Amino acid sequence: MDKRIIKVNDLSLWYGKTQALQNISLDIEENEITAIIGPSGCGKSTFLKTINRMVEIIPSVKIEGSIRLFDENIYDDSINLVNLRSIVGMVFQKPNPFPKSIYENVAYASKRHGIRDKAKLNEIVEKSLKQAALWDEVKGRLNESGFSLSGGQQQRLCVARALANEPQVILMDEPTSALDPIATGRLEELIQNLKNKYTVVIVTHNMQQAARLSDKTAFFLSGKMVEMDITNKIFTNPKNKKTEDYITGRFG
Amino acid sequence: MVNLKEKSKKRKSIVWIVLSTFFMIATLSVLVYFLIFLIRNGINAISWDFITDIPRKNMTEGGIFPAIVGTFYVASLTVLISVPLGISAAIYLNEYASQSLIVRLIRLSIRNLSGVPSIVYGLFGLGIFAATLGLGTSLLSSALTLAIMSLPWVITASEEALKAVPNSFREAGLALGTTKWQTIRFLVLPYALPGMATGSVLALARAAGETAPIILTGAAFFLPHLPRSVNDRFMALPYHLYILATQHNRLDLVRPLAYGTALVLIAMVLLLNMIAIVLRYRARKKQEW
Amino acid sequence: MNESNREELKSRIKQDSHKQNLSNFFIEKIFLICGVLTIVFLGLIVWFLISKSWPAISEIGLREFLTKTRWMPSSPIQAGYGALSFIVSSILVTVGALIIGVPWGIFTAIFIAEVAPTRIKEVLKPVVEILGIIPSVVYGFIALLIIAPKVAQLFGLSNGLTALTGSVILAVMTLPTIVSITEDAIKSVPKDYREASYALGVGKWDTIIHVVLPAASSGILAAVMLGFGRAVGETMAVLMAAGNALNMPIKEIFNIPLPTLLQSVRTLTANIAIEGSDVPWGSLHYHSLFVVGLILFVITFIVNIIADLMLTKFQKVNKNG
Ligand SMILES: Nc1ncnc2c1ncn2[C@@H]1O[C@H](COP(=O)(O)OP(=O)(O)OP(=O)(O)O)[C@@H](O)[C@H]1O
Ligand SMILES: [Mg+2]
Repeated sequence: MDKRIIKVNDLSLWYGKTQALQNISLDIEENEITAIIGPSGCGKSTFLKTINRMVEIIPSVKIEGSIRLFDENIYDDSINLVNLRSIVGMVFQKPNPFPKSIYENVAYASKRHGIRDKAKLNEIVEKSLKQAALWDEVKGRLNESGFSLSGGQQQRLCVARALANEPQVILMDEPTSALDPIATGRLEELIQNLKNKYTVVIVTHNMQQAARLSDKTAFFLSGKMVEMDITNKIFTNPKNKKTEDYITGRFG
Repeated sequence: MVNLKEKSKKRKSIVWIVLSTFFMIATLSVLVYFLIFLIRNGINAISWDFITDIPRKNMTEGGIFPAIVGTFYVASLTVLISVPLGISAAIYLNEYASQSLIVRLIRLSIRNLSGVPSIVYGLFGLGIFAATLGLGTSLLSSALTLAIMSLPWVITASEEALKAVPNSFREAGLALGTTKWQTIRFLVLPYALPGMATGSVLALARAAGETAPIILTGAAFFLPHLPRSVNDRFMALPYHLYILATQHNRLDLVRPLAYGTALVLIAMVLLLNMIAIVLRYRARKKQEW
Repeated sequence: MNESNREELKSRIKQDSHKQNLSNFFIEKIFLICGVLTIVFLGLIVWFLISKSWPAISEIGLREFLTKTRWMPSSPIQAGYGALSFIVSSILVTVGALIIGVPWGIFTAIFIAEVAPTRIKEVLKPVVEILGIIPSVVYGFIALLIIAPKVAQLFGLSNGLTALTGSVILAVMTLPTIVSITEDAIKSVPKDYREASYALGVGKWDTIIHVVLPAASSGILAAVMLGFGRAVGETMAVLMAAGNALNMPIKEIFNIPLPTLLQSVRTLTANIAIEGSDVPWGSLHYHSLFVVGLILFVITFIVNIIADLMLTKFQKVNKNG
């Protein structure tokens, strides 16, 4: 069976007149962690946000090419944007819980999607928090505000919030950049475990992180994808000179 | 030579400091003097009867109860109309609008509406609501007029409240697969509400103190009863003060009542403003982001 | 992931979203309509002022309104519709108010921005704002009882209800506007300007006078214009303070007609307030009041546009700076 869950084909993107992505083509495989690395401003976040079409909330954006999820072009007019974003979840750079209780944070999307049954909601919340490795820390204080948690816990809460939608793909944009080393370690552990059930695409500035976590790595440079391969190969034996320069720190 | 220059420099800066201090003190003195003047002269007129009684003996005795109630009615009705409209317009401007021509026109209109003199609103209200739409001079005509007048205040305050809600809430909401409206309804409005409430109370206070628009559209010189419906005319504190201060045929007799009315009016306006400040303060303290 | 799971997800992505999109579309349009209402209201105000003025303008002619001084719209024998004295009075009272209020406001703003320590500043600003929330009818009352007697006493007049009395109370009323916008303008002058000046060895006050204030000047001018707009449109305070006599505020000194602040005057706003509440609707008098309102609207409109341009210019210059 085809393991390629996402197929990006010749994707270009403009913010107004400036092009941010140029003819990107790559495939992302199921139950793998794909890392996207590259220098600042090369279009990593932009690319990530094209996968759940969040990039479109900026009005000046123009997009060409296609992204197929389960062989459906998500830029097709007939796509249900709301369902797409439930299936492709996202975790942001800075932890951004809602100013609601821990419980309400996780239950938020389910409630909006029409789940009213209390028992069902409880089940969703517990399951999501467990998967996000947060349950043991918060089970006694579900009614406290999400803001009462530490930064690392907040980020895991955001993961749990996305997991409550039962997504297939989780996009993460530098999820550890606002966290201390210990919290980073815990989140990395979590991401490793997520891969058993989910497909993860993670943008990171930290090359060790990409090397530690990911199965595949894509290197972006000024809006283009330079190279994508098995992570091990990218970091030991890249094909492209520019990739080598970047990962050995000779870049710039 | 250098010394001389230094000296004149010093003198110059002293002049500026003295001048600005003088004018600052002048500003404060005027405020304090006005307030003390009103309190000292008005406090004697104020009694339980003054607040709860109707005017008696050609307004030379009795109280101002109908004027208080009338002001409460007209200001509340005003806010009831302008707050939903104003908040909705602010939601459009802050949550939906991109930089289109229509948005620029809306913003231009808001700025211009806020510069239209209150008496012109009165004239407009008289022309459209009272005369053309046949509402007559009434509570409703006055409230509609004041509502249009207060719309720019409500919109501006509401937009500020919406702007204070972090964008990350909106992004997270959309990224979780909820609709734009759900995001606004559940992740933006609840957190903008305290700011909007503050703005609405301020609008209420301003509407309650307005005189010119209601003179032309519905305020009554004297009514022995409270307005029974929105089609009735009404007495209002600011208009009542105007009458007692300048229009009454026995100005000497009603002067104490005028002082009392002025004090009640200003106390009410200041109280409303204080409520708004407390609302804002409490919201800020509770705010977690 | 098994095949059936995959098919289910596919169908979710493609699930018909028309209903959802449609309801979101309508919700947006409702908000848009509320926004557009502001344009409608402004348009209605302009249209009503013009259309209700029209019967009077076409019958009497705009010229009489703008150039004649005899205002007797209800006279059965010979009606007069000259509104010139209202225009002159409005402008006179306003200019008088600005002559007092502008230096007062600017220096107060300088104190808040440059002299006051931060903690005192935080107290002073809301205190000055209190001046802005006192209802104008209360100001009128105060003018009547405090300022008018002082003016009468000072100038030996039998009646203190003069243009000057109106100007003084309007000056106080425009203070909050002038102070807050001037203070904003001073505050938003880029720090680099100051630092460059200090680096040249220029002292604090020389920097303020020669660098900061000129850089803030279009912002301050905007404050003055907004103050003008506010004062010229003010009704209750002038109505109660300025006496409302129907005459030109002109006094001949050595045969030269000069404007005087020491006469009782009736402004555009006051005239509408006085006559508007019992004018028979639809009469020529009624329509002529709309002409007066239209004149007032045009004046404030122009002044506010200028203020707006000034502020935009100020913000632009500061962005580049
Ligand atoms: N909203 C926007 N409007 C216009 N241009 C934008 C916008 N967002 C990003 N860009 C531009 O698009 C390019 C790619 O930006 P993007 O944020 O995707 O980079 P990035 O690789 O994520 O960088 P970083 O590592 O700093 O997060 C940059 O040149 C940026 O200036
Ligand atoms: Mg980025």
